[in-house]
Amino acid sequence: MDTSPEPAESVKVLEVENLVAQYGERIILDGVSLDVHEGEIMIIMGGSGSGKSTLLRHLMGLERRASGTIRMLGQDTAALTGQEKLELHKRIGVAFQGGALFSSMTVGENIMLPLQEHTDLDLRTMEIMARMKLEVVDLAGFEDLMPSELSGGMIKRAAFARAIVMDPKILFCDEPSAGLDPVVASALDDLILRMRDALGMSIVVVTHELDSAFKIADRMTVLDAGRILFIGTPDELRAEQSERIQNLLHRRTEEETGDPEEYLRRLLGERLDKEGHP
Amino acid sequence: MASTQSGNAAAHFAERVGRAWLAGLAGLGYCGSLVVESLYWLFLGPRVKQTVRVGAVFAQMMEIGIGAIPIVALLGAAIGAMLAIQGIYSLSIFGAESRVVFGIALSMTREFAPLITGILVAGRSGSALAARLGIMTINQEIDALTVMGINPVRYLVVPAFIALVVMVPALTFLSNVVGLWAGGLYVGIELDMSMAAYVDQTIETLSVDDLMHGIWKSLIFAVLITVIGVANGASVTGGAEGVGRVTTRAVVQSIMAIVVTDMIFAFVATR
Repeated sequence: MDTSPEPAESVKVLEVENLVAQYGERIILDGVSLDVHEGEIMIIMGGSGSGKSTLLRHLMGLERRASGTIRMLGQDTAALTGQEKLELHKRIGVAFQGGALFSSMTVGENIMLPLQEHTDLDLRTMEIMARMKLEVVDLAGFEDLMPSELSGGMIKRAAFARAIVMDPKILFCDEPSAGLDPVVASALDDLILRMRDALGMSIVVVTHELDSAFKIADRMTVLDAGRILFIGTPDELRAEQSERIQNLLHRRTEEETGDPEEYLRRLLGERLDKEGHP
Repeated sequence: MASTQSGNAAAHFAERVGRAWLAGLAGLGYCGSLVVESLYWLFLGPRVKQTVRVGAVFAQMMEIGIGAIPIVALLGAAIGAMLAIQGIYSLSIFGAESRVVFGIALSMTREFAPLITGILVAGRSGSALAARLGIMTINQEIDALTVMGINPVRYLVVPAFIALVVMVPALTFLSNVVGLWAGGLYVGIELDMSMAAYVDQTIETLSVDDLMHGIWKSLIFAVLITVIGVANGASVTGGAEGVGRVTTRAVVQSIMAIVVTDMIFAFVATR
């Protein structure tokens, strides 16, 4: 990734400070802070339950945070009015894990939807723009198919095309290679790199696939149990000596450390009150 | 020990009742805000260049209204004939069979046409609305709309809302016409009354108020069907099974709301 600009000197498109998220009394994210720079691919990694999907939902503005700030493209997302939020959303793109294509529309209509809703372009121009984006993701000629007629990899690529149709400043990708065979997954990684280089946007990818993460990352964030374990370049991550990181990199499961009494209580289904008494 | 256990059970029960109440209140609040938001997008959306899709409104009208014409007509005719049969039977006790025209005219327009149409549309379109929104929620299509800067209420709910508010009263009117006609056919055969005389008597009996009593009610039913369908669809959890559950719940709650509202409306409007 030698083409990428030096992070420290470039503009920050996304700044997260002390983000806390909780569902009921369960804390999912506990003081998460990270930055994403212009033109950078940031990978957010972590095992299941680490809070990475929740973090992504907060970044996309789909959840209400408990505390902390998220500044996107220079704007504090909590301070925006409904209309300002809509305007901000026009400048970000999201490729969802399952594609989230509208099943009642063709691929072409799916991709044109943001243009139809947000621009005054005539239909012909919108069709041309949609085809251009389909070319970018190697799906040219598929615009008249329904999403149900596409394969898993094609759905993801169509979702990418829809996500970039408004030329967003930031693109969020949720598990782009989940559920795909290695060859298709690798092609998607190449596509992400190509989109960044061609369109110059910042890309935030949430994934648990190590190979793919190391291949495309400029910087990586590792989440564990709602806290940030590590932020840095892939090389720094490889060199990191901490046991948890090494376990993650070598796909080792962590030893369960706990006291036998607690284990017994769990088996018996006993709950503790606030002072820790059964 | 036994007393603490029963104490716990009582506390547990109270907690469950409390939670159910709170959930119900939250649901009501959500339905209210949904109506307000729909009206906002309908009337103020164009100001912020966020218009409601006219094409979608017509598509929904076709689906909800035109598609329901045969079944509404059939049900309307059946109810009209049924009213005639029962009316003649019960009035024959007093030897007042000819008064049946009053009964058919008033009960059809004030009660049966809106009620049957409402229940039918709840089953046909309220369930479809809940299922469609439920599946879209699970497939993250609603999230996708939100992150694209497209308000899901404006894009998905308002077209169905307009279509229902226009079409349920229209279908009710159709049901009135067909029901009165079918009642007239039976009365004609049974009591040897000409259709012209039946129509004359019906028009003489009915006031605009009677007709509007039913139409206003059907309008309220349309709003109920929309908000209950949408609220259930949007609250889906748990995959395909969840969609089935919210669809069923939407129909049951809609019918319940329709019947209860009908009773309240009748009480308020006839006193």
